[in-house]
Amino acid sequence: MAENKGVLVYGELIDGKLAAITTELLGCGRKLADELKEDLFCLLTSDMLGEAPKEAIAFGADKVYVVEDPSLKQYQADCHMQIAEKLVKELSPRAILMGQTSIGRDLAPRLAFRLGVGLATDCLELSIDPETKLLLQTRPVYGGNAQATFTSELMPQVVTVRAKAMSPMERDDSRKGEVIATKVEIDISKVRTKIVETIKEEIAGVKLEDAPVIVTGGRGVGGPEPFKTTLKELADILHGAVGATRPPADNGWVPEAMHIGLTGKIVAPDVYIAVAVSGASQHVAGCSGSKNIIAINKDPEANIFKEAKFGVVGKYEEVLPAFTNKLKELLAG
Amino acid sequence: MPGVNIIVWCKQVPDPEAPPAVFKVAGNKMTLPPDVKPVITPYDENALEAALRIKDKVGGKITALSLGNKLIRDVIKKSLAVGADELILLEDDAFEEGDSWSTAYALATAIKKMGEYDLIFCGRQASDWDAGQVGLGIAEILGIPAVSLARKIEVIDGKARIERVIPDGYEAVEVAFPVLITVTSELGDLRYAALKGIMAAAKKQPTLWKPADIQLEPSQVGAAGRHTKLNKLFQPVKEAKCEIIEGETPAEAGENLAARLREAKLL
Repeated sequence: MAENKGVLVYGELIDGKLAAITTELLGCGRKLADELKEDLFCLLTSDMLGEAPKEAIAFGADKVYVVEDPSLKQYQADCHMQIAEKLVKELSPRAILMGQTSIGRDLAPRLAFRLGVGLATDCLELSIDPETKLLLQTRPVYGGNAQATFTSELMPQVVTVRAKAMSPMERDDSRKGEVIATKVEIDISKVRTKIVETIKEEIAGVKLEDAPVIVTGGRGVGGPEPFKTTLKELADILHGAVGATRPPADNGWVPEAMHIGLTGKIVAPDVYIAVAVSGASQHVAGCSGSKNIIAINKDPEANIFKEAKFGVVGKYEEVLPAFTNKLKELLAG
Repeated sequence: MPGVNIIVWCKQVPDPEAPPAVFKVAGNKMTLPPDVKPVITPYDENALEAALRIKDKVGGKITALSLGNKLIRDVIKKSLAVGADELILLEDDAFEEGDSWSTAYALATAIKKMGEYDLIFCGRQASDWDAGQVGLGIAEILGIPAVSLARKIEVIDGKARIERVIPDGYEAVEVAFPVLITVTSELGDLRYAALKGIMAAAKKQPTLWKPADIQLEPSQVGAAGRHTKLNKLFQPVKEAKCEIIEGETPAEAGENLAARLREAKLL
């Protein structure tokens, strides 16, 4: 078998543009490729690619393989797998970087098992072992209570990377690269699932992933009401968004789209205000990248205080309204 | 037998709800104090609940499948107590120290031996290694379709209709049997076992299979069958320095917090 060379980023598009996670993967992939003195490839698939291939080059790719096909409008595993498998077999990259996203979570295990290779999901750090040239893949385990570093000698080495764990390069539109249109005959008869309906449950207002300030409620807020009243009031005056831990989402107090954590959204705002949040590792996994965590909790032993920069020990029903009112006064002054 | 034939993967793990402070790494292994009891990993419990709801509605048979070594009978027989009809344990020293690959391979091999099935349910990921690979891996090995992150599953005319969670919403997916489905927590918690179920489960004995019973070569089992190597398990040191803001009353502490955050130019 030919020697495996190069690093391949599996790219994603959101609203016709390169997704933030893809720019992060390209940033990380660029460093790895430079260290290996090899190329950085990017695969982009969509019904309409627009400027995304050029963006991929501006963010670090050497060669962008593009597949544009009307059947790629929505992600469907059996469809996208055909493209990924074919390209990976032709390119024989050393490593494949995917996002720990809705698509990456679904596609990466299928691809790794199809190729018969190893996979580390949700990686926080990637580096090259100077001796073996293998990818050192570090990821959280036990709900974030520990981390583990894995390697695999099987090529290609496949990983998914957590959102916001890596930094993109500064966009450079003068970077040179090659866009290669790739022909893949998609065999629709091999697509065994049928999407019959897509329902959006979008939350009005500032998107969680983009919000500079997030006010998050935990199980301890006690029910759906505070998410619409006290927490929302605070988020509104700070032009932020309201989030939740897993129990409020599972209990139906809030839509799943508001769930922050290991299996929900990963956020990294400037200020993260955790209200009646105990700080389970699975939740912290989704917000530990925040620049400043503020905790309000009645239990002084709550784990969230280990993550927080500032905190108040007290019942949130008493602390929060006073905090919000004082803040309003200070912001007005 | 009329109805659907469902297999559910039930992995035994250390209780993920145990306080973070009790998780300690020693000698590249996670160690927990003996009072932290193992449980069926929560997402596999959601998967079991999905299976029970389908059995309630259209009838059928549920086989719970677990893998490991020295599995605690009280923990793993919970599947029978809530309504699974049969429990198969892949249990042997050799199954220890496996990774997603060797686990999925052993489970897929066992499922082939079991023969007929319509639906295979797995939790979206297990709370020990959080990899989220085994379910989709089993489907790849068996060559059957898979749908991940299901929050609702209905069975209509030999087909499954699945609500699959996607960013900011869900999509409804239809797929013919057999299909593997990974289940997420929004589906709902596993029901409590009724006393009658607990008593019936106590009388049932699980079927035990060793690697040789499912024709697994030693090179494919547990540590020997791994595709990944665990180089290091560690716990990053966290510097806890939370500034606790005080006040005469909780409300005053809240006001003082606002003032402190303004002073620190955070808000």
